[in-house]
Amino acid sequence: MTAPIRIAPEAAQPLPVQAADGVARSDAEASNSASYRKLYKSRVPIYPKEMDGLYRQIKWAMMAITLSIYYLVPWIRWDRGPGAPDQAVLVDMAHERFYFFFIELWPQEVYYITGLLILAAVSLFLINALFGRLWCGYSCPQTVWTDLFIWVETKIEGDRGARIRLAAAPWTASKVAKRVAKHVIWLTFAVATGGAWVFYFADAPTLLHQLLTGTASIGNYAFIAILTLTTYCFGGLMREQVCTYMCPWPRIQAAMTDREALSVTYRRDRGETRGPHKKGEPWDGRGDCIDCKQCVAACPMGIDIRDGAQLECINCALCIDACDDVMAKIGRPLGLIAYDTEANVERRIKGERQRFRFIRPRTILYGAVIAIVGAVMLFTFVNRQTLALDVIRDRNPDFVTLADGAIRNGYTLKLMNRQGAARQLRLNLAGISPRKVVVIGLPDTSLPATVALEGDAVRTVRVLVTVARGDFLSGPQPVRFTLSDAAGRENRTANAIFVGGRQ
Amino acid sequence: MSDKEIDKVTGTETTGHEWDGIKELNTPLPRWWINIFYACILWAVGYWVVMPAWPTINGYTHGLLNHSQRDSVTAAVNDLKRARAARETVLANASLEQIQADPKLLQFAMAEGKAAFGDNCAGCHGAGGQGAKGYPNLNDDVWLWGGKLEDIQHTITVGVRSTSPQTRQSQMPSWGRSNILTPHQIIDLTEYVVNLSHRPADHAAVARAAKLFKDNCASCHGPEGRGQRKDGAPNLTDNEWLYGGSRDAIYDQIWNGHGGVMPTWGGRLTPATIKALAVYVHSLGGGE
Repeated sequence: MTAPIRIAPEAAQPLPVQAADGVARSDAEASNSASYRKLYKSRVPIYPKEMDGLYRQIKWAMMAITLSIYYLVPWIRWDRGPGAPDQAVLVDMAHERFYFFFIELWPQEVYYITGLLILAAVSLFLINALFGRLWCGYSCPQTVWTDLFIWVETKIEGDRGARIRLAAAPWTASKVAKRVAKHVIWLTFAVATGGAWVFYFADAPTLLHQLLTGTASIGNYAFIAILTLTTYCFGGLMREQVCTYMCPWPRIQAAMTDREALSVTYRRDRGETRGPHKKGEPWDGRGDCIDCKQCVAACPMGIDIRDGAQLECINCALCIDACDDVMAKIGRPLGLIAYDTEANVERRIKGERQRFRFIRPRTILYGAVIAIVGAVMLFTFVNRQTLALDVIRDRNPDFVTLADGAIRNGYTLKLMNRQGAARQLRLNLAGISPRKVVVIGLPDTSLPATVALEGDAVRTVRVLVTVARGDFLSGPQPVRFTLSDAAGRENRTANAIFVGGRQ
Repeated sequence: MSDKEIDKVTGTETTGHEWDGIKELNTPLPRWWINIFYACILWAVGYWVVMPAWPTINGYTHGLLNHSQRDSVTAAVNDLKRARAARETVLANASLEQIQADPKLLQFAMAEGKAAFGDNCAGCHGAGGQGAKGYPNLNDDVWLWGGKLEDIQHTITVGVRSTSPQTRQSQMPSWGRSNILTPHQIIDLTEYVVNLSHRPADHAAVARAAKLFKDNCASCHGPEGRGQRKDGAPNLTDNEWLYGGSRDAIYDQIWNGHGGVMPTWGGRLTPATIKALAVYVHSLGGGE
């Protein structure tokens, strides 16, 4: 994690034009390195050079997959029968439902979301312990949209050199045209991003029509505006600043990682001592790094991977592509920069054999947590019932003493039918011998009662239970409400207590 | 800060401050970040200009927008009243029985009744209508003035011992304080009342108090002590005691003749709100 100390860049130092035969030497500076920052440092623009290679192709594929998921999923239809929304993935705030293909969740089942979040967090830890910051490098929205915006920039303004020249050039009509085009396209993507977001919360075709005709609610426009602004600023203007200054994950990751975790690594054991190489010179007694700085030029974060692991590095592996390209040109083995571990670099320096330890205490622990949480979630999901009963006992007053000394407790019952079809239910009370039970809100005024519950609905019922003074034992008495469907397939029990003070 | 000191590990300048060998890094903040601070300061200045902000000797600066939260609340309350007007009219014109028969109207009345109860009644009767000493419990089946919908509606409208000319009126005399009965007689009467509510009592005292009860108490509480609703006289044979059921509490009540006041709500709440309150109180569990 240590960086060499460099006080200031030597600005006008003459550089050899070529690092080796056929390899241009770039004058790229690692402008975002910690050692260059000043107090209130203004952002130095980064012009990453477009590289081609295995990881660039993987990143294009990941961009296509993740953006397609984000933009297209709200448009997938899923027939749930009449009266229910036909959108495959829908967060229906107004009706308090979450639809995900064949799954329909109610607010009471929010623990599934909690479970998913735990799984996501621990999976992130596990992936990090095994393969480093794959999330940051390939699938984080910040990375994907920044990559997209840089692609747009490259298409309009040209590659690194052309962009640097354009930035320095006077404001000609051509420059204005290029800049306007770039920002308009960025904003178009940004609006589409905000637009796609709101489609997850309403019927997408209906909302699109409303948005275009200006009849959608103000909240939709506000969310689109906010997401447009954040997408445009983060992807177009701030880019690496978001990862370096705003994102907590690089800090957490520094604590989660260890020396055995794969990450994009400059193999300094092989690369040093670095220096320009002339054709025909021997490679003995020097490293393979010809200091061409193609890795720095390619870096979207503006850092030098040769400084070692650093929190600014998102492990996008574009420097691997850049370096492999150069190694091929100068006829040295590929993989001077590669997915490797810090431990291996040290082992090779000490003359030991390199090895990859994927099975370590932390990966076993993360794996075990994932397996347990996943198993619990799967078990509860498979055994999920579509019938639910909640009992809320009156607390104010706790109990009521009647004229003849009998004690009455009040309960509010919520009967929930999570299936689409209506069903006949039977509500009963057990565990206590009441003198009188009054049901408010059902045709039957006493228990056991028959309840006709519509599909996908909640019904609130009040039950007043009276126990004769002589029958009441001191202290809280357990009572049990039971709800079962007529077919007898499902039944739910809700426990409560009956209190009457000290007798 | 004469010389810049650079931390060897991070390559970052230090602030020059040192505590037991630990030095603070002067980590640079990005320029856009400090610009956001400046933007916030500008926003605050703009806020002072357009919104009420500064106190003055006689008031405060109103700002260009002349915004007032009190006016906003009043406007919002008026909007709400307008929005509810249609259903409020239906409620005002419906009979109590009609309200109970129509589920939607009942739901509306219950919601309004619950809110009005919290605003006007809960201060004495408690948030759940559970009552307290001297303030009747509205959840039980004991009603001094009747527990039918009409009875409850009338009690809310005219109050008890209130300033309304039609007020429900009853007066328990202060038998001891006014020197009508002697302390010994009141002790005997206390035993008599304890006996009425089916609890063990001193039989000699009960026998001595029989004539006292007949002469002084039976006119309101009835010869058997069952009370009379037309007079608001409590039933003494049940388990419910407004001022407490212990011997001390009963003695205290005969001696002092406590009687609480329920205000008349007729002029303060609309008839529709009073109907909603009656329906709500009736639904608490003791309605007849």
